[in-house]
Amino acid sequence: MKAAVITFPGSNCDDDTVFTLQQTLELEVDRLWHKDAKDLGEYQLVVVPGGFSYGDYLRCGAVASHSPIMGSVKEFAANGGLTLGICNGFQVLCESGLLPGALVRNLGTNFICRDVSLRVASTDNPWTNQLKEGDELVLPIAHSEGRYIVEESVYSAMKEKGQIVLSYAANPNGSLFDIAGVCNEAKNVFGLMPHPERASDLRTRHGMGIWQSFLNWSAEQK
Amino acid sequence: MKALVEIFYKDSVFDPQGNTICQSLQRLGFRRVKDVRIGKVVQLELDTDGQSAADAKKDVENMCEKLLANPVIESYTLQIEGK
Repeated sequence: MKAAVITFPGSNCDDDTVFTLQQTLELEVDRLWHKDAKDLGEYQLVVVPGGFSYGDYLRCGAVASHSPIMGSVKEFAANGGLTLGICNGFQVLCESGLLPGALVRNLGTNFICRDVSLRVASTDNPWTNQLKEGDELVLPIAHSEGRYIVEESVYSAMKEKGQIVLSYAANPNGSLFDIAGVCNEAKNVFGLMPHPERASDLRTRHGMGIWQSFLNWSAEQK
Repeated sequence: MKALVEIFYKDSVFDPQGNTICQSLQRLGFRRVKDVRIGKVVQLELDTDGQSAADAKKDVENMCEKLLANPVIESYTLQIEGK
């Protein structure tokens, strides 16, 4: 299986993500530069990693969402390609319109960098199918703009369709309805503020539930 | 021609920066301050040769919709100035 990890100027979790995909999941991984628009059809997974793309200028993820590679990602996602946005990557996917809602400044204004407890809110998707609803995951967060906002009517529809994937057990940033991770209606695009790639090795392996779900889903599609 | 765009969180979106500064001002003794909201100002220099002011404004509106503001969380106002 082949995965792609995108790097924008200012991305800083791309190496961690590549490491996890290569070393832990033993996938073949290509690194893609933001300027290199190309057909992504050969990949089973495209990851938009965390960091501070374009220095978070204007709004987190805003400039990145218009970069050449994101045109390719939109096409890939429209064709059902599994697309994962972590932290800044989540912000990029929201800004691109691939995911509903937006991420704004944390309620307490602080940059929060610590482990948080999460609950699996739905499992009928490529990202948490190896977990059970209500399962607890402890994953690190590191963000100052992680407060998820969405119109209440959109939220109700999302909830009904199982698009709320992860929620905070104790809300750290003021996210509406404790939301930590959401997917699109087709479930192939998933964004989350916590960092599974930082919790898939010796320190904690709670991120593995997400990667194993992806592997399981991809194997079943074959 | 210059254009000035002001972008703020919508009223429905809580602005923690504004709130922090509001409290800080009140602590400094400015007790009449009731609310503070922090926004952004974008100043644009436009080449409007052969373009009407109305078309220039439409252009800037497009820029706001596409990139400068995020309609999910923000609203904007814009002014076109001078020649």
